[in-house]
Amino acid sequence: MSADHRKNLLFKALTCLAAVSVLGIVVGILAVILMESFPALKHFGIGAFLGGRDWNYTREIYGALRPLTGTVVSTGIALLAAVPLSLGTAVFLTEICPHRLRGAFGAAIELLAAIPSIIYGMWGLFVLAPFLDEWVQPAVGSALGGVPLIGSFFVTKSAGGVNLFSASLVLAVMIIPFITSIARDAFEQVPDVLKESSYALGATRWETVRKVVSAQSASAVGGGVIIAMGRALGETMAVAYVIGNRHASLDSLFSPYTTITSVIANEFNEAGGIQLSSLFTLALVLFIANFLALGVGRRLVKGKEK
Amino acid sequence: MPKVRGKRMMDLLTVNNLNFYYGSNKSLDGVTLPIRRNCVTSLIGPSGCGKTTLLRCFNRMHDLYPGNRYEGEIVMDGRNILDKGEDLITLRSSLGMVFQKPTPFPMSVFENIAYGLRLRKVRNTALLKEKVEKSLRQAALWEEVKDRLKESALGLSGGQQQRLVIARTLAVDPEAVLFDESTSALDPVSTQKIEDLMVELKKEVTIVAVTHNMQQAARISDYTALMYIGKLVEYDRTEIIFTKPKHKMTEEYVLGRFG
Ligand SMILES: Nc1ncnc2c1ncn2[C@@H]1O[C@H](COP(=O)(O)OP(=O)(O)O)[C@@H](O)[C@H]1O
Ligand SMILES: [Mg+2]
Repeated sequence: MSADHRKNLLFKALTCLAAVSVLGIVVGILAVILMESFPALKHFGIGAFLGGRDWNYTREIYGALRPLTGTVVSTGIALLAAVPLSLGTAVFLTEICPHRLRGAFGAAIELLAAIPSIIYGMWGLFVLAPFLDEWVQPAVGSALGGVPLIGSFFVTKSAGGVNLFSASLVLAVMIIPFITSIARDAFEQVPDVLKESSYALGATRWETVRKVVSAQSASAVGGGVIIAMGRALGETMAVAYVIGNRHASLDSLFSPYTTITSVIANEFNEAGGIQLSSLFTLALVLFIANFLALGVGRRLVKGKEK
Repeated sequence: MPKVRGKRMMDLLTVNNLNFYYGSNKSLDGVTLPIRRNCVTSLIGPSGCGKTTLLRCFNRMHDLYPGNRYEGEIVMDGRNILDKGEDLITLRSSLGMVFQKPTPFPMSVFENIAYGLRLRKVRNTALLKEKVEKSLRQAALWEEVKDRLKESALGLSGGQQQRLVIARTLAVDPEAVLFDESTSALDPVSTQKIEDLMVELKKEVTIVAVTHNMQQAARISDYTALMYIGKLVEYDRTEIIFTKPKHKMTEEYVLGRFG
């Protein structure tokens, strides 16, 4: 009895230790990031750093505006492309696909989600970027290039396909399986009897999905999209491969640009002093954004459980 | 019965030798009965005897799932509604359905009631408002919700939600409302309200009510059908079923000796 009791206590202590150490790691990482970013924050000031356009090694002036813009724009484009496709796929999987094929489709999507991001990066660099460069960019450029004010934003100014748009599409492809799988789970949670209530009023399948299934699963799907946004914000390898890493003003969707993660990945090794501290400050921004996205997203996905 | 022809005219639905299969599992076996217009018909019988299955044949709900199969006929307005060509959208809106648990949609009270009308492309706001009020009044819910039409329907009590679902069904002017144990999840007061409502509603629509509750069947229905393992045991006027049934099994069932 007492031997059992002691084993039980030991077991409790060990699991407790494991849990505390995980927490310790998170707190430790945050502490390091905070400490390391302090010099840059103090030197430039929060406002000037976040709003600063420069990323200048010789003058040693570093500002987050361009990497921030790159991250926000690439994530935004990725979501615009990925959300409709993912929701469409999830509707197909739950409402239209014959039951015996659902397992296979579902497994394929889980598999896509499991591919390491560097492989998406390689695919982006070797397949997607050249393809966009050759087929898509010229077409978009000639279609929209003449539009006043915004036209030049769609003109290719440097060849090769390594640019903000390619990076955004690689991100989109990466988050599609994730959003699809959360949306599918959310749609599956909608009780049959609720859908039947809609059919019983003479609704078609499409009307039922559009009005009832979507309303019932909206917050979970929204949460999934927010979590996916967090992933896109923080995705590094896939973006670093195809974004082109250029600190310059964003003159075209098809120009190389920079993001928070790509600048960190590219410069971290050789950086020192205030540049290193600036990179840590970028990391801090990302940390906070990701933390918020995950927190809000998970709460929405779980829903208000009673 | 000499008045067979006259009675036929009074039937909304005539079920003839209906078999139903969930895949290879035969769940209805040769069911034949009429559903009289402007009457309450109760379907009773022990759990698993096929009451829900029969009810869901009327609005072809079974078609939503693969592998289900009907044989025989259900005649409505001279046509067999089990035919391949039947327009399920029209059929379903003319035979509304209320489920065991309330199924409010996650939207406002108003939008819940307007749901079926919007499906029919009713866009005129005045008309929508008028219809919503009328349906809520019919379902004896108007006074309770008239000041909270814009609030989420999920905030209503269980009994109110069930009357909301009834109002939502009535809003599209159905010929019949099919109730599947629609009071079994409610408290006695809410149950009473819905029973009163069914009796009131039969002036305008035909009612078919699956029920587990023998007293309820006796109180509210004009006709009662007892089912057992997929077969119809006996169908007759409710007072006959409950006082002098022809079958021994019916007598035992209504006396609570089995099931
Ligand atoms: N979706 C289904 N698939 C297969 N069998 C079913 C299904 N639903 C009901 N059944 C079977 O059909 C029979 C009748 O069920 P049901 O109509 O639900 O009974 P009741 O409503 O009278 O309790 C039962 O034997 C039940 O197991
Ligand atoms: Mg049942």
